[in-house]
Amino acid sequence: MAYSDKVVDHYKNPRNVGSLDKSDPNVGTGLVGAPECGDVMKLQMKVNPETHVIEEAKFKTFGCGSAIASSSLATEWVKGKTVEEALAIKNTDIVRELSLPPVKIHCSVLAEDAIKAALANWKTKQGQGEAQQAEPATAHN
Amino acid sequence: MAIKLPVYFDNHATTPVDPRVLDAMLPYFTETFGNAASRNHEFGWKAEEAVENARGQIARLINATPKEIIFTSGATESTNLAIKGAAEMYREKGNHIITQVTEHKATLDTCKRLEKYGYEVTYLPVEKDGRINLEDLRRAITPKTILISIMYANNEIGTVQPIAEIGKIAKEKGVFFHVDGVQAVGKIPVDVQKDGIDLMSISGHKIYGPKGVGALYVRRKNPRVQLASQIDGGGHERGMRSGTLNVTGIVGLGKACELCQQEMASESAKLSKLRDRLKDSIMSRLDEVYINGSVEHRLPHNINISFAYVEGESLLMGINDIAVSSGSACTSATLEPSYVLKALGVGEDLAHTSIRFGLGRFNTAEEVDYVADRVVETVKRLRELSPLYEMAKEGVDISKMKWVAASDSH
Repeated sequence: MAYSDKVVDHYKNPRNVGSLDKSDPNVGTGLVGAPECGDVMKLQMKVNPETHVIEEAKFKTFGCGSAIASSSLATEWVKGKTVEEALAIKNTDIVRELSLPPVKIHCSVLAEDAIKAALANWKTKQGQGEAQQAEPATAHN
Repeated sequence: MAIKLPVYFDNHATTPVDPRVLDAMLPYFTETFGNAASRNHEFGWKAEEAVENARGQIARLINATPKEIIFTSGATESTNLAIKGAAEMYREKGNHIITQVTEHKATLDTCKRLEKYGYEVTYLPVEKDGRINLEDLRRAITPKTILISIMYANNEIGTVQPIAEIGKIAKEKGVFFHVDGVQAVGKIPVDVQKDGIDLMSISGHKIYGPKGVGALYVRRKNPRVQLASQIDGGGHERGMRSGTLNVTGIVGLGKACELCQQEMASESAKLSKLRDRLKDSIMSRLDEVYINGSVEHRLPHNINISFAYVEGESLLMGINDIAVSSGSACTSATLEPSYVLKALGVGEDLAHTSIRFGLGRFNTAEEVDYVADRVVETVKRLRELSPLYEMAKEGVDISKMKWVAASDSH
């Protein structure tokens, strides 16, 4: 199985490997996949609370070269984008960029899921944050 | 001594042809090129002589007689012939076959096809070390059982089955015993008399011979085994397998067997040492690594290791100047993880992290040291990338987690 140069590059020089502080209210964490399937991706993003621009992204992946490349690419792409723009990233974009063969398409799907999961987590945390800010206001009434 | 890259540690998949085997084969391509069945001229006689000589070389390796060696295109064909041939021949006597779950696909798929034709097949489970339980076997035999098929040694985990004991049980119950000898013949002592074997598949390209040739041992005495041919035509090989003999391949197979017989003792001792050197060098430098299969009943040149939290294909990518194979789903054409590891009870997550190393005649200590270093450094690097390793280090019990698998887009 020959890998595209881009996949090999991401594998040898993965971008943004690591972790962000899970407890930071501006960090969304997505954990998708399953060890039994041979693919687990953890994607984290730090979102600016005012501009909703993704300032930082980190990943860790248990999976084949294509899975590692897909998640590495995902962190590269989301940085500097707004939450809405990141949610628009499709797995097919990843497939095209990395020239993934049909048998590896599921890796790109997992990466798209990881992005969405991380941002969903961020959204949930934002919702809780707003509720906390709202309470004191109603309490004063 | 500089090692030559890439390094080949995948000798269970295939082996290079020994230069001495190649030398023996060459004249039969252009000089002594006759058809062994041409009875009327010297070209034929010389080819026939070479074929009969090869029969003897193979027979001597396994303590059989030359007349009991049938030539085929390879072990897959030999196994098909043995199982289908016996099933057809003895269908009046019974329709039950016993085999086990970690057999090669040549055996399993042949049995599956026979099930479609109305045969009953029992697939015995294996214990954690990969061996069958002899009591399970005994209990499974019925008056309708006509064949037991158990491999001598497994191609993924190197586990050696209790063949002599199985042979005794088979003889006691009057059931024929077929053995897939592909990974064992020429590597460890195999004796069809001592082991009570009635049929045995042999592969050329696993023992430093050429691809495209194999043999089937078919017992002629105590008891005599008859097979219904699966390939019909000119009646070659005592009517059991028609088709012009692959003289060059057969000469190669014969020579390969002769060399194995001469060198087996010293070679297996040397390879066992190298294998242990590889195993110790890796396991002493990494945590959470597990050996798959029996440590005691194992081929001397095989080791199969799971590297927890690191997926097999990504590991292979990191050591891409080393040829080995993995039990990971990502490395198989069907995206299914190794059924052999599954049968041992190895969890799917660990199956995805397994690597099989198969050492061979031409491997050296320098290569072993190189491979061990590269494996250790790659595992360490990939563990830095692994969310599972991170969670394990944090004390999270991964087995208790609820996972959200990828959305089904297919």
